[in-house]
Amino acid sequence: MSVTLLIEQLINGLQLGTMLFLMASGLTLVFGVMGLINLAHGSFYMVGAYVTALATASTGSFLLGLAAGVLAAAAAGAIVELLVIRRLYRRQHLDQVLATFALILIFSEGTRWLFGSSPLWLSPPEALAGSVALPGGSRYPVYRLVIIAVGVVVAAGLYLLIAHTRLGMRIRAGESDREMIGALGVNIRRLYTLVFALGAALAGLAGSLVGALQSVQVGMGEPVLILAFVVIVIGGIGSIKGALLGALLVGLVDTLGRVFLPALFGQFMAPSDAAGAGTALAAMLIYILMAVILAFKPKGLFAAHD
Amino acid sequence: MNKLTRAGLGLLMTTAVATAQAEEVRIGMITTLSGGGSHLGVDVRDGFMLAIDQADRGDIEVLIQDDARRPDLAKTLSNEFMQRDEVDIMTGIIWSNLAMAVVPSVVRQGTFYLSPNAGPSALAGKMCHENYFNVAYQNDNLHGAMGAWMREQGYEAPILMAPNYPAGTDALAGFKHLYEGEVIDEIYTQLGQTDYAAEIARIRASDADSLFFFLPGGMGISFMKQWENSGVEMPVFGAAFSLDETIIKAVGSAAIGAMNTSQWAYDLENAANQAFVEGFREAYERTPTLYAAQGYDTARLILSALEKAHPSDKDAFREALREADFDSVRGKFRFGPNHHPIQDIHVREVVEGEDGEPTNRLVGLAVEDIQDVYAEQCRM
Amino acid sequence: MTRLHPTTTPAAERPAGTNRWLDRAHLVQGGLLTLMLLAPVAAHLLGEVYYVNLASRIALVAMAAVGLNLAIGYGGMISFGHAAYFGLGGYVSGVSAYHAFDGSLVMGLPGSDDMLVIWLAAALLCGLLALVIGAISLRTSGVYFIMITLAFAQMAYYFANSWPDYGGEDGLPIYLRNSLPGLDTNHALSFFLVCFTGLVFSLALTSRLMKSRFGAALSMARLNETRLATAGISPFPIRLVAFVISAMITGLAGALYADLNGFVSPSMLSWHLSGELMVIVILGGVGRLYGPLAGAILFVLMETLLGGLTEYWKFFLGLVLLGVVLFARQGVIGWLAGRERHE
Repeated sequence: MSVTLLIEQLINGLQLGTMLFLMASGLTLVFGVMGLINLAHGSFYMVGAYVTALATASTGSFLLGLAAGVLAAAAAGAIVELLVIRRLYRRQHLDQVLATFALILIFSEGTRWLFGSSPLWLSPPEALAGSVALPGGSRYPVYRLVIIAVGVVVAAGLYLLIAHTRLGMRIRAGESDREMIGALGVNIRRLYTLVFALGAALAGLAGSLVGALQSVQVGMGEPVLILAFVVIVIGGIGSIKGALLGALLVGLVDTLGRVFLPALFGQFMAPSDAAGAGTALAAMLIYILMAVILAFKPKGLFAAHD
Repeated sequence: MNKLTRAGLGLLMTTAVATAQAEEVRIGMITTLSGGGSHLGVDVRDGFMLAIDQADRGDIEVLIQDDARRPDLAKTLSNEFMQRDEVDIMTGIIWSNLAMAVVPSVVRQGTFYLSPNAGPSALAGKMCHENYFNVAYQNDNLHGAMGAWMREQGYEAPILMAPNYPAGTDALAGFKHLYEGEVIDEIYTQLGQTDYAAEIARIRASDADSLFFFLPGGMGISFMKQWENSGVEMPVFGAAFSLDETIIKAVGSAAIGAMNTSQWAYDLENAANQAFVEGFREAYERTPTLYAAQGYDTARLILSALEKAHPSDKDAFREALREADFDSVRGKFRFGPNHHPIQDIHVREVVEGEDGEPTNRLVGLAVEDIQDVYAEQCRM
Repeated sequence: MTRLHPTTTPAAERPAGTNRWLDRAHLVQGGLLTLMLLAPVAAHLLGEVYYVNLASRIALVAMAAVGLNLAIGYGGMISFGHAAYFGLGGYVSGVSAYHAFDGSLVMGLPGSDDMLVIWLAAALLCGLLALVIGAISLRTSGVYFIMITLAFAQMAYYFANSWPDYGGEDGLPIYLRNSLPGLDTNHALSFFLVCFTGLVFSLALTSRLMKSRFGAALSMARLNETRLATAGISPFPIRLVAFVISAMITGLAGALYADLNGFVSPSMLSWHLSGELMVIVILGGVGRLYGPLAGAILFVLMETLLGGLTEYWKFFLGLVLLGVVLFARQGVIGWLAGRERHE
């Protein structure tokens, strides 16, 4: 394998990682502040993508569509928090799992009821459709680089938000001691709604961006949700830093595994068997990674708290 | 929704009067109407019901159930149809793995099963059965035809890609069987994979002169978008599963130029097809996919056989089905010895339609009278 | 196993029952079991084979959930990966029948279509798998435990999906239902009685287990780990044994489920199935002996009945589940039989 191809695959892993970070950061934030397991996080990803697709088709502008998608996901998050989620904070994890599992069903089938079974059309904007030259002569799609850039901006923004703003201070206080921030006179109910909506908005952003490269269809959030959970567990639940590093680790391991394992197996197997066995192992790879990490670090790499 | 309610009401009423009308025909349809990939099931159902409605016979009742793409649920529903509703004929299943779960026991117990889509190799070969008819294709047909056509067009170094599951490996095997040349490489992806950047980089770095891929449903949509976005210049070939009308609408302009094989096209010129396409557009306000055409043909085959015999007379009805005495929307149609079609496979190209949206256009004939290779393993 | 301190047995804590067979909880439990037994018998007499098979399905799903309930409800180990054992049990059934059918060997052993052999193998293999998975997973807790058990189940799922020998995603048909000496397993009611026996056996086992000193230690490990530790008992082996038994019950249910369907496929290993079993346990009532049975009856009936009414049935299923979790906090059994007492 040439160095150029290796560089390209590394960027691919990075790009998958940033996309996972957008999903995982909201998930881990909600868990860190409110102690809530939210299986319905993937539904906000789907809402973001659907609204972006519909708004882009009717306005003709991807940017407007993107804004509409993120806002819609945030709004959906706020509404769900007000109606359902806030009744679950004091409940066991099990109740949260059942309730948010029910929300997945409601969101998925509700979406299908409203918009039908067929996938929707959504493409990257013309301006970002091309590709740029990589050192070594290969080319790389601009749009994927933009996703990486958005991921970097979001990571920096979240860092600034949490480390340097009043809201961030409250979020940190909420993470370390839920009773105390109430005593400080903070309106906890509003804070929780805000944090949940922020998490939903991040998922919606991921869905909107990636929807241009993938199939916008019912159930699109589920595979990403599982990956995002893997990410936050590897990184340590509640830790944004952990989510970032976990996301990059999962992105790189998954991408490189898909590329190298079939080739590796090809060294000592027949080509068609090697492709099958290598792909099978590649599919299991991130779960193996997660099991190994948790076996040695039972609270992930950067646990904030349990 | 409407039809389901109607079927449900029909059920309530017929249980009351079933004894009075012994000659009534009851058809059970299990198909995928919810979750990922449900547009296939919806199309099969709509095509099927269009033919039933057009026939306007009072003595046919169709019961429809959603399998949510789960083998165990499909199995339960098939029990419900056979043991409670005592249907004469079953049909509808989209996916090979669901068909493998349901079909063998259904046909063994003496109920007819007509497949409007899934055509796994086992059911065409070793596990073939006299009560099982496939009205769509054996799964390999379209892939093999594309192999033959690409060979004929002079492509010398194709690279192949499919998900790592039985239908995927069968697809590539089917392609190679009729391509009969060396391929550059075979890439297997994960089932349900959504990101193809790593695979596209591998394809770009290879010395291939063309790409043949099999990624049905959402996987195909994701791949085509990312392929366009990557800027790789290489002709793309597939089977209609990866490039049906619904999929290419969702892919948009990125699909334009892709070639695909299909046993049917909406612009195929024959009277039956014109009636079908017009009727379908009128009834459902969209252009039919091949799945809708398969559902339509399945119903029309059943109708043609009902003219000759009632399913309770198993031998006569089976013989009537075998004769395939109906005007298929794909033109020529007959069954091989294993009750799978012997049919022409056409090549279509995705072009920009009159409304600016991509659509499939008939280009030519890939293979005439194709028959699957498993027929010789079939002992019926 | 570590010796238990005698004062931790719940028998000492149980209030002296006043005619305990007549209270509401026992009436409901007895009613559920009787219904479960009599409904299919009635269906059989009326010639409605479908409902007999539906009852078999409910019994097996309930049995799998009883296994999971031992881990979740009594042990406090929220496993999101019990599909791994359900599926493994199913594959033992399928693979064994496959090799018995064509007379070939599997890892040097002949296949068998005798259910007793299959059950033994399924229980042993599931126990072994759970021993390995549990030993690693129990180092973690809370959400980490949920996710690591999911990770192992996903590995099993992808493995089965891409392993061509036994059909991969297409699955493996069981042409002839496996046999049991002295019984016609193809007869719907006979097979139901086998499933029902399995369900009753798993309920009895769980009940006996939880009344023993082992059960007391398991409850203590869930409620107050420090108190258990002061009694000189390490919670780890207790939990591990409970996890293994839980997996074996679910695995046995899986083996029978494959026979019921005449088919096994990777979908039996998918995370959807793990989630579904979990939903059934919570729906019925976590940590209640009869919770899984109540949950399974309700869930399977909703699935089959709603599915016939509208193609958007999952939407309404979601609403019902949400309603249960928000308003019926003790699950269906809590709603039917009242708040939990020392069972």
